[in-house]
Amino acid sequence: MKLYEYLAKQMFAEHGVPTGNGIVCTTPEEAEEAARKIGPCAVKAQVLVGGRGKAGGIKLANTPEEARERAREILGMNLKGYIVDKVLVDPQIKIEKEYYVSITLDGMAKKPLIMASAYGGVEIESVPHDKIVFEHVDIATGLLPFQAREIARKIGLAGDLADQFTKILVGLYKAFRKYDAELVEINPLALTDNGTRLIAADGRFNVEDDALFRHPEFPRVEEGTELEKKVRAIGLAFVQLDGDIAVMANGAGMAMGTLDTLAYYGGRPANFLDAGGGSGVEPTAQAFDALLGTKPKAIFVNIFGGITRCDLVAEAIVQVKKAKGIDVPLVVRMVGTNDVRGREILAEAGIQAYTDMGEAAKAAVEAAYGKGA
Amino acid sequence: MAVIVDRNTRVIVQGITGSQGQFHTGQMLAFGTNIVGGVNFKKAGSEVHGVPVFATVHEAVEKTGANASVMFVPAPGVKDAAFEAIHAGIKVLVLIPEHVPTQETMEIMAYAKQHGVRVIGPNTFGIISPGEKCKMGIMPNHIYKPGPVGIVARSGTLSYEIAYNLSNAGFGQTTVIGMGGDRVIGTNFVDALELFNADPATEAIVMVGEIGGIQEELAAEYIKEHVRKPVVAYLAGKSAPPGKRMGHAGAIIEGNRGTYQSKVEALTAAGVKVAALPWEIVDLMREALK
Repeated sequence: MKLYEYLAKQMFAEHGVPTGNGIVCTTPEEAEEAARKIGPCAVKAQVLVGGRGKAGGIKLANTPEEARERAREILGMNLKGYIVDKVLVDPQIKIEKEYYVSITLDGMAKKPLIMASAYGGVEIESVPHDKIVFEHVDIATGLLPFQAREIARKIGLAGDLADQFTKILVGLYKAFRKYDAELVEINPLALTDNGTRLIAADGRFNVEDDALFRHPEFPRVEEGTELEKKVRAIGLAFVQLDGDIAVMANGAGMAMGTLDTLAYYGGRPANFLDAGGGSGVEPTAQAFDALLGTKPKAIFVNIFGGITRCDLVAEAIVQVKKAKGIDVPLVVRMVGTNDVRGREILAEAGIQAYTDMGEAAKAAVEAAYGKGA
Repeated sequence: MAVIVDRNTRVIVQGITGSQGQFHTGQMLAFGTNIVGGVNFKKAGSEVHGVPVFATVHEAVEKTGANASVMFVPAPGVKDAAFEAIHAGIKVLVLIPEHVPTQETMEIMAYAKQHGVRVIGPNTFGIISPGEKCKMGIMPNHIYKPGPVGIVARSGTLSYEIAYNLSNAGFGQTTVIGMGGDRVIGTNFVDALELFNADPATEAIVMVGEIGGIQEELAAEYIKEHVRKPVVAYLAGKSAPPGKRMGHAGAIIEGNRGTYQSKVEALTAAGVKVAALPWEIVDLMREALK
């Protein structure tokens, strides 16, 4: 889960990383008040979409009155689907140079990875590899100051600035560990005050979803479409795609393989849905019902029963059919645990089930678009 | 013959008394796995399917000589349980649970490495050696057969589909390894390839991969350098759009990293035959073992 900029900066500040000490506001009047304390400022929309500056979500103000008017313009704005309900009033700073520093999880090395560069202020992906310093951290030992000093040296910092950088990086690593982050990034790490001070001018702080259970302090922000939120609330992995054949499969790999197989035969999948391993009748029925609600041209259910029992999936489908009726073509493929019983249950409700994945996928494509499509 | 687990593997189940632990203990016993004990601190002294429950892993190891553990404890308890197992001298650790925080997985991996412990998972369906009657995991019992094929997979159900098709076509398996769908895992493609390559009973290898990360690309490099046995592969996620996480934590195309195309190209260049559809693995295997 991504944290808003103001929260990210709050986390930084708590761990000794200097920020602009901006003030978060929810009304134009608060913004005016904040600007009175801060002076010339930037009014920044608090949304989790990239490119908010270009979209009009960041505006400069030189007086408190201007700050109020800019806040009035930005609050309530629809930025790429997100309604702005908070702005950060941040001091305008004169930047001498922009650095970059981040900590991420390196899956291959199985260690946290620090990246730092003297070429900040742009997306790190656009910085040449030889201009970035890469340094892994031994997670059992933690980040020791010597590593931070060495990184400071490699990005060209010396003396007091190197000392500031070391404190910033050590603090950043503490925050990274404490809040189970998957990414903390300061970009730009700005050199200000005539080249005497480093501050975090902008930042990102992503907390790993799997660790949110022990961080109730963060407000929950759910990304995704309404349909995605609805199905994820059932506890299933769901991604909306732009096709018209709704798909339900069990297991993430199988779900992906099912989409690929449909696409191979000319189908356009409407979604990725991992109906889970060992889910009961109720969640499966809810997920199936949600798919039905999207009015697809066809629904394709592909189940290889391992811990998922085919009979329970069949019951879930029949339950929805009895309650609401299924008014789009439905193709079911079912093999594995209790598959014979599952196909019987479906047959009793007038639904034919396939055993061969390829035949079933072809049938789903034909059902959606007609023969020879 | 098999890799990692065989008939001499003495297995304990951590979290044996939970509903998943109980159910799968029954299934693993039915497959023939040598389960010598289970662990639950509060329910020590009881039995599950006739298997004695011990208070701690240390106690289980002392009393049974266990050398492997399969874990069914909830994600928040996995780090503690994994450290306990490693500390007690367990040498093969199969971490079934999903949603283990990645930083904790990293801590487990560092500790395991220090103690020479083989970790499988987390977020895995486990490992099975059909001819050795040893299963540590949640995969269905009936789809495997003893035979000469080694399978290593990122995804459970997709690998079931492929193992089932292979078994039906007469291609049994030495060992099937579920690597797990997380970003940080104990045993990856390269580790599995190394083991299968060295195992005299394994004549051909199947990789079941997917989009995201660079594991398949690293596997391709390894195959080119070291593997002289035939390798065939199926990769899921060809039609997945970039930037969308397809269920598994690792299954996401970020920038130009982890794409289907780059994986297919790397594997093909290493001499691996890549199937376009899951069931085509059977034909490729028939070709490979001709």
